[in-house]
Amino acid sequence: MEKKIQTLASLKTPPKEGFKEAFVLHLADNVLILGQRNAEWCGHGPVLEQDIAITNISLDLIGQARNFYQYAATLINQSTHPSISATEDSLCYLRTEREFKNCLLVEQPNGDWAQTILKQFLFSNYQYLLYQQMQHHPDEQLAAIAAKALKEVTYHLRWSSEWVIRLGDGTEESHNRMLKAIDGLWCYREELFEPAAYELEAGIDISLIKNEALMKIKEVFDEAGLPVPVNTFMQTGGKEGKHTEYLGYILTELQYLQRTYPGAEW
Amino acid sequence: MVKPQPPLKGLLKNMSIETFSSAEKQKQVWSLLETIVDPEVPVLTITDLGIVREVKYSESETEIVITPTYTGCPAMDIIAMHIKLALTEEGFKNIKITTVLSPAWTTDWMTEEGKRKLKEYGITPPNPRQQVCNNDLFMVNEAIQCPHCNSYHTHRVSEFGSTACKALYQCDDCQEPFDYFKCH
Repeated sequence: MEKKIQTLASLKTPPKEGFKEAFVLHLADNVLILGQRNAEWCGHGPVLEQDIAITNISLDLIGQARNFYQYAATLINQSTHPSISATEDSLCYLRTEREFKNCLLVEQPNGDWAQTILKQFLFSNYQYLLYQQMQHHPDEQLAAIAAKALKEVTYHLRWSSEWVIRLGDGTEESHNRMLKAIDGLWCYREELFEPAAYELEAGIDISLIKNEALMKIKEVFDEAGLPVPVNTFMQTGGKEGKHTEYLGYILTELQYLQRTYPGAEW
Repeated sequence: MVKPQPPLKGLLKNMSIETFSSAEKQKQVWSLLETIVDPEVPVLTITDLGIVREVKYSESETEIVITPTYTGCPAMDIIAMHIKLALTEEGFKNIKITTVLSPAWTTDWMTEEGKRKLKEYGITPPNPRQQVCNNDLFMVNEAIQCPHCNSYHTHRVSEFGSTACKALYQCDDCQEPFDYFKCH
């Protein structure tokens, strides 16, 4: 139990994180944070069916996060430092903001339904292409998690694409809200495709899927009657642990119980 | 009345363990697994669903290999617990549950018996795989049969239902709403 609550940061000389651990944590953090964000909709969805849909997606994402955190824990425990005993829980509940490697996009506030939908669409589109590549990765566990999750991600992408079209091509009000959502979120899109050192070392080149992702966005935006912004400023940093102010608030809520009552189980 | 000699008895007993006990035990484990139901779709057993991939029995350990239906399916923990309970009650020791992700579960592994039971229960069983599971938008042409009146004149209310594995539909003939076990 004592070991369980030790964080990587609390050690005087933290072990050097290998590139693979970092990469798997990045994948895990992305889906955990978006899953947590989507779960905020529980009981607040615009209609019952869509409340169920967004929380179903949340469940899928948190399921993926568990697979990645379990794998990351295995990798960390196999590596050097004897006093570290990582578990999926310690990695999720006891790392600090700067240790999280999720993209900035997923931590952005839900805003209205349009913003939530656009965030999910941009992420699912990226995730779909990433997992398609990753299911052939030489690392068997990464390949298995990706192949398994790809089926669910296909649903997420289809569902969110349909909603982008429904809102963009809907009423004047819904169209304007989509425009506002694009304004607010577009600057976080590029980061998804800017490879961090640990991604390249892990043998994943996400810049390869950048164009394909943009083509899909164009296709959906065209049908929705929405403009694709060009040459706008892009914000990055999340992959290296430099986050927007929102992540701290998410972690405060997510980690409250384990921080206050270390090792609590139910 | 000749009583069998103790050494012979001992030998027979040992032989039975060596020869058929292991296969018998394996069979017993499978038949126990056939009684464990999915807590969220209680009409289906875990063998109907096709999530039990392998049973490895040895004297020192019984290992059950299972695979999740959906990545985040919360029923998996409960299913693992029920397997342990059922086997413990029958005297099995050192039960190990291993979860594998690959190859990924598909509704193709659901048994015909399982599909029949689903329909009887009021949930439309999954269509054969090739019909959907793609990324085309606004796919409304897939023919989903109403489990109540057998009409194909139905429409999708929501892609997501009460559990990760189902979608919500409504019949345009009998007007009844129903769940469709999504092809996956």
